[in-house]
Formats: sequence, structure tokens, C-alpha cells
Amino acid sequence: MMDLPFIAVMILIMLGISAAVLKRNMIKIVMGVSISASGINLLLVALGYREGGVAPIFTNAPAAQMVLPTPQALTLTSIVIDLAVTAMMLSFVILMYKHYGSTDSRKRRLSG
Amino acid sequence: MMAFLLQHAPPLVIALPLVAAFAMPMVSRLGARAVKAWALLSLLATESLVLLLGRDVMSGNPHVYALGAAIPSLTTPAGYPIRIIIEVDAMSAFMAMICASISVLVCMYSLQYVRKKGGQDKYYTLLLLMTAGMMGLVCTGDLFSMFVFLELLSVSSGALIAFYARRGESSEAAFKFMVVSSIGALMVLLAAGIFYGQYNMLNLAAIGGMLRFGFLDKVALVLLVAAFAMKCGAVPMHMWVSDAYGEAPAPVSAFLVVASQASLYALFRVCFTLFGVAAATEIMGWALVVLGMLTMFIGVTMAIPQKDIKRLMSYHAVSQTGYMLLGVGVCLAVLGNAAALGSFGITAMQGGLFHVVNHAMYKGLLFLAAGAIIYRTGTRDLNKLGGLAHRMPLTAIFFLIGAFSISGLPPFNGFASKLMIYESVFRFNPLLSVIAMLTSILTLASFMKVFHSAFLGPELPEYRGVREMPPAMWISMGILAVFIMLFGIFPDLVVQYLVGPASQALLDRIGYLGGVL
Repeated sequence: MMDLPFIAVMILIMLGISAAVLKRNMIKIVMGVSISASGINLLLVALGYREGGVAPIFTNAPAAQMVLPTPQALTLTSIVIDLAVTAMMLSFVILMYKHYGSTDSRKRRLSG
Repeated sequence: MMAFLLQHAPPLVIALPLVAAFAMPMVSRLGARAVKAWALLSLLATESLVLLLGRDVMSGNPHVYALGAAIPSLTTPAGYPIRIIIEVDAMSAFMAMICASISVLVCMYSLQYVRKKGGQDKYYTLLLLMTAGMMGLVCTGDLFSMFVFLELLSVSSGALIAFYARRGESSEAAFKFMVVSSIGALMVLLAAGIFYGQYNMLNLAAIGGMLRFGFLDKVALVLLVAAFAMKCGAVPMHMWVSDAYGEAPAPVSAFLVVASQASLYALFRVCFTLFGVAAATEIMGWALVVLGMLTMFIGVTMAIPQKDIKRLMSYHAVSQTGYMLLGVGVCLAVLGNAAALGSFGITAMQGGLFHVVNHAMYKGLLFLAAGAIIYRTGTRDLNKLGGLAHRMPLTAIFFLIGAFSISGLPPFNGFASKLMIYESVFRFNPLLSVIAMLTSILTLASFMKVFHSAFLGPELPEYRGVREMPPAMWISMGILAVFIMLFGIFPDLVVQYLVGPASQALLDRIGYLGGVL
């Protein structure tokens, strides 16, 4: 049971990467990258989970040991970066759609 | 004052371009001249700080700087380190000096090259952000920060590749670049997560010290190597390089070469410092050697039929990356064998690292020369160009210097580093050395074709009004050309004062780990 979150996370990452590699629609490629990014965020959160641990919020915490908040900090940073990357890629898709009139990755000019 | 600056230089070299980038929207209210002056001045300040830091580090004095703690070795009561470490050893300083120097020249060249109305402040903001990303990537001692700076570098370079957004191709190249680099960066993050799950640490040195090299560590090694090899443009994933370098504005292409080399640095850091001898270095080394050979040969063969001048140069950039992978890969393959390491391993690595700095210079010069041609003629098609040497003699000379250097002809710097690679690799495996030489000959042939079709021949009527490039452009190219000559004439001094300490630092795993713990 302990490994269940990790297996789910790996499936999510694989799904995302396979979508990014196999799909022809550029919006779906962006979605694939975004899904695998979420998978990795979930992995980080799952790594930081301690059963019965105390959340590291100073105002309400009892004077006991708290969970080290590093994984949560990593996840927050990574979410912000994912947002920037996704927005960036979508804006490129918009520009290409304006230019070529399609989101199909086969209708492009750079090759060889 | 100097001592204070030197003490705080490691975070400052990252913070300075970053702050300058975010101050840019305010500076841009003062007009276009202020934007350019601000960008150039802040990059010059970064460069001087890096040189100050580099001089100290190269004299055998690595800097370890802890953010968020008074002393680097502070831990929680349970023994987990809680701090962000910036560790600058000679290898990091070597890369930081390359990045900072090229950034100044690229900025200077851009002052006149980038004429697009309304986008100037964004261009220089992104250029400063790219510099900050590279500085962070080469200076940090923390796996997660490595991911953050890698993403900062990718996002800002992606935006710069698509700078001419009215062309559909540049968005296409930028999209391809972003997909490849974000998947690469996610692999780095996954590896960081795997390490954190096992050791509760993210610090490179601390993980390196505790490494057990179990199954999960092997998975992390594969992820990291694949990610950084993807980002530096090694062969199975080289397809983004030709698009991105080819479609970006010329000074950005010259800067992207250095960005790829920052990823190459990360690859070497992971192989030598994080894993080191414990991690089956012979297999890893051979993997890098095979990647290098494929990169070298496939890159050059793809370059030969190209008709677009910048696309052709991009494939040559791919091919030259192969030399660095080959040199350093040979050293990694013999890392466990002290006799072989002493007799040719270290020379191979020095050749590879020397090629890194040489490549940054001559490839930069070539891309800038291509930029000068595009700036004056407005075309990149080699079939349409011709006879430009009549009107642009200076560009022709700079182009020839770059072309001779990339093909490894004496007395230019490419010859010095390639000779070191050839002779050391020959003792490892003669066949590899022969293929490397063959690649050089093909490179020379390809560049002679470009020189012939762009510069030689009778003057074409449509280029009668073409003039020589403006001063800011030829000054920055001239500086590069002078350094190419100097590095080619005095390679022993460069190896002694720059490359030698860098390779020593990369081999000195215990020293890097001991800097933190």
C-alpha cells in the first residue's frame, strides 16, 4: 500500500511523456508536458508525506516536531515554473496557428 | 571593498543580471538609449565580478557560499542540512568566465543588430535573464537549484528564439526547443526527487558523499545524463539545435551555444562529482564516447547539404559538441585506471574542456559573421549570396578566422584543442581519433563551400549597395577574433592557467565534497 502513490505517479509521468511524444496536435503535446509535470509535483508531495506528522505552520503547531517543509517548497517552485512553461508553449502554438492555420505538428516547414 | 565583493561574489554574479533584468521595464521608460546602456553596463559589471572571482578561484581557493545560514555546515537537530549552497570551484569559475565574456560581446553586437521597434527592452531583459540562468547553472551546488536555473535558461532562451515572431518558423523552432527542454528539466526534477526520497538531501556534495549507487541511483544517473545530453544537443536529440540556432537572431544563436555548454557542464558535474568512480565509470565513459562519435559524425554529414547559412552552422555546432563529449568521455572511461588516467586521460579531458572555451569563441564569431551578412543583405540563402568579399572585406576575414579555427587549422585555437584530443584519444583507441580527424576535414570542406558561395566570385548586382557592418558589430567580432588568435598562439598558457585548474577541479571529487561537509 505504501508504494501505491509512487506507482500512480509513475503512470502519470509516463502518460504525459507518451502524449508529448506521440500526439500530432500541438495543444495535446503541451498537455502531455503539463501532465508529466503534475506527476512529478505529486511525487514530491508524496515523498514529503509523513503519517501523523505536524504541518510546519508555526502559528498553530503544538510544540512538537514538525515535518521538514522542503518537498512542499520544491513543489510550489516547480508549479510556478510549470505555469510559465505552459503559458510560453501555448503562446507559441497560438503564433503558429496564426501563421499556418493549423495545430497539426506535421504541417510545418523546418525539417532536414 | 574588494574583499567584501569577493566574499559575496558567488551569489552576486547570479543576482546582478537577475535584478538588472527585472529593473529593465523601469529603465525602459527613459528611452531606447538607456535600455542599451543599462544592459551593457550590468553585463560588464557581472563580467568584472566573475573575473575577480575567477582569478581568486583559479589560484586554488574555491568559494563555498551558504544562503540562509551563517555557516555552510549548519543542520537541523535531526542532521538534515538546511541551506542552499553555491559552490564555485575552478570548473564552475571556468564556465562562468566563458558565459560572462560571451554575454558582454553578444550584448555589444546586439546594440546595432537588433533594430526591431518596440521589442528592445524585452530583448535585453531576456538576454540578462539568460545570463542569470547560466551563471546559476554553473555556480550552484544544489540539484534543485540546478533545475530552477535550467528552466530559467530554457524559458528565456525559448522567448528569444521566437524573437522574430512574425515568422512562423521561429515560433516553430521555439516550440520544439521548449518541449525538449521542459521534458529534460522535468527529468532533472524527477532525479532530484529520487535523491531526496533516499537521502533527504538535495545538495550535490552531500548526496555524492552518501551515495550507495543502488537501483534508484542508477535510474537517477540515467535520467540526469539523458536530460543534460538532450539539452546540450547530443545526437539522438539534436533536432532542436538546428532549428533553434538557425531561427534565433544571430547574436542569440551565439549565446545559445554557450547555453548548451552550460548543460554540458552540468553533465560533466553529474558524472564526475555526483557519481564519480563508484558508478561504473567505464560504461558511462564509453556511453559518452559513443554519443560523442555519433554527434560528431552525424552533425557534420547533416551540415554538408544545407543551403541556409545559419542552419549549416548549427549542424556544425552539433558536430563540435561531439569533440567535447569524446575528450571528457575518454577521461571518464579511464577514471578508475590510474596509469591510463595519468598517461592520457587527463590530457583528453583538458582537450575537451579547452575545446569548450574555443568552441564558444569561434562558433560565436561564425554566428556573428552570419549575422553581419543577414544584417546587410537580408537573406540567409547561400544560393542567393555571392561576391560579398568585395563589399564586406572585414566580415570575410572574420569568417575565415572562424572557419579555419573550427576546422582545426594552425595557428588558430581550434587546432590546439583538437590536437590534444587527437593525440590522447589515439592512445585510448586509434579508430576514434581517425574518425575525429575525418570529421575535421569534412568541416573544413563544408566551410570552404560556404566561404566560396557567400564571399567569392564576381560582385552581384543586387548587393552593389551593401556596406561593411557598423562599428559595434565589428568591434565585438574583432575582440573574439583577437582572442581566437591569442589562444591559438599561446595554448600552453591557457592550459596552464585556465583549463588545467578546471580539469583538476573536476577530477578532485573529494575536494568538492569536502568543501561543504
